[in-house]
Amino acid sequence: MSPLPRIVITGVGLTAPNGNSLAEFRANLLAGKARIAEIDVRHMGRQPAGVCDFDATRWQKRKEIRNGTRVGSISIWCAREALADSGLAWDSLDRSRVGVYLGITEHGNVETENEIHNISQFGNDTKYWTHHHNPRTVANNPAGEVTMNMGITGPHYTIGAACAAGNAGLIQAAQMLQLGEVDVAFAGGVSESIHTFGIFAGFKNQGALGSHPDPAKASRPFDRNRNGIVISEGGAIYMLERLDDALARGARILGEIAGWCINSDATDAVLPNPDRQAECMRLALRRAGMSPADVHLVSTHATATALGDVQECKAVREVFADCPGTYVNNTKSYIGHCMGAAGALELAGNLPSFVDGWIHPTINVEELDPECEVPGLVINRPVQAPRVDAILNNSFGMLGINSALIVKKYGVA
Amino acid sequence: MTKEDIKKVVLDIIADIAPDEDLSSVKPEVRLRDQLSLDSMDFLDIVMELRKKHGIEVPEADYVQLASLDSCADYLLPKFQAKAGK
Repeated sequence: MSPLPRIVITGVGLTAPNGNSLAEFRANLLAGKARIAEIDVRHMGRQPAGVCDFDATRWQKRKEIRNGTRVGSISIWCAREALADSGLAWDSLDRSRVGVYLGITEHGNVETENEIHNISQFGNDTKYWTHHHNPRTVANNPAGEVTMNMGITGPHYTIGAACAAGNAGLIQAAQMLQLGEVDVAFAGGVSESIHTFGIFAGFKNQGALGSHPDPAKASRPFDRNRNGIVISEGGAIYMLERLDDALARGARILGEIAGWCINSDATDAVLPNPDRQAECMRLALRRAGMSPADVHLVSTHATATALGDVQECKAVREVFADCPGTYVNNTKSYIGHCMGAAGALELAGNLPSFVDGWIHPTINVEELDPECEVPGLVINRPVQAPRVDAILNNSFGMLGINSALIVKKYGVA
Repeated sequence: MTKEDIKKVVLDIIADIAPDEDLSSVKPEVRLRDQLSLDSMDFLDIVMELRKKHGIEVPEADYVQLASLDSCADYLLPKFQAKAGK
């Protein structure tokens, strides 16, 4: 059996609460600039949340925006920006050989809540329920809106993977490229979750919704006084290609997908299991043919919940014991938890470290929780690493889904 | 309520549901679909907005009556008048 094709990243498009391009996002991460707003959430009052401010009209007609969904607009923005970043000759590309694979934590809650509110203004008469509801809420909506906007006729679907979805989208796309199902893939994760009160209320009643008088400090993974998740919207979509195709067109290669694993805790709906998380990281390393010391940066999933951060730190400590060249960081302290987009965005913010060697810190740590002490944890100030050849990106979610994705610098053995 | 008023009502709805369209020179006697980029979902939006904003019901069998601004005005005038007379 011949080896599977190698898969590389040749473009990135994103929108995060603190940046609408990788350059802007990266600059703010290195400068320690968080951006969390306070928004009105239906039935919930003011809540901290990460809000994106990209200009949807750059790539969509106003009617498209009106008829589609917020996450559809996020997806189109990210895909279009990824294409532009990749330098791919779009007009001459066979679009039946392009796939769109987007991770989502949830989809449809926003529109369903909106319509329930809408008909409540009309005595709950369902004849006022919009006919746009079904195309807006089908689970493939974000990916489907991308295909319609860009004239892509290859496969599209979303991957529902809770908050592991950003990694899952990339993994699915890499597999489809290796199988030869497509020649080019748009892959990543997206989220519109700040527009559904149900997500806020659910976390609130679970005792897991973060707060702070200063919204910019509300998300504080690893801090002793952390008190939960800040919900955010966002997206990151990558252009993935087989290495041979990328080289043939002289593409700039941002990184190579080296290994991955998705596994399941099979223990609890919401409480994480560090044994399975550690196993997930080890299996990803095995697939990549790497040892833990080959990874120079671990991008943690930690969401600033009391238990979740401790459990992940336990797993990371165990897998990366005796790895003095491995740094550990976190991105949610800047942008909150971008749900389905989290894993994809957090990887994106770290990718430039292959080139500049800087590790952005996790911020908002006023007093490190002793249970979150991890060797190599970069806190509050960036660190210049001797080298960054590989990043392991953790992304975990409810129902015990774990994902670890390893991306390595292209050209490193 | 006059036929001209009703044409303005319909144009205002179209301005909301098709915000990219130039409505400055819509010909009232020409089918809307022949001069604007409107699809079946847009016509359902017109029906929904007539219901929500004006309390006017358009049965499915009568959708064809919404083809042009003139036919809208002819069809909707008695409905608006009946509404006003209540």
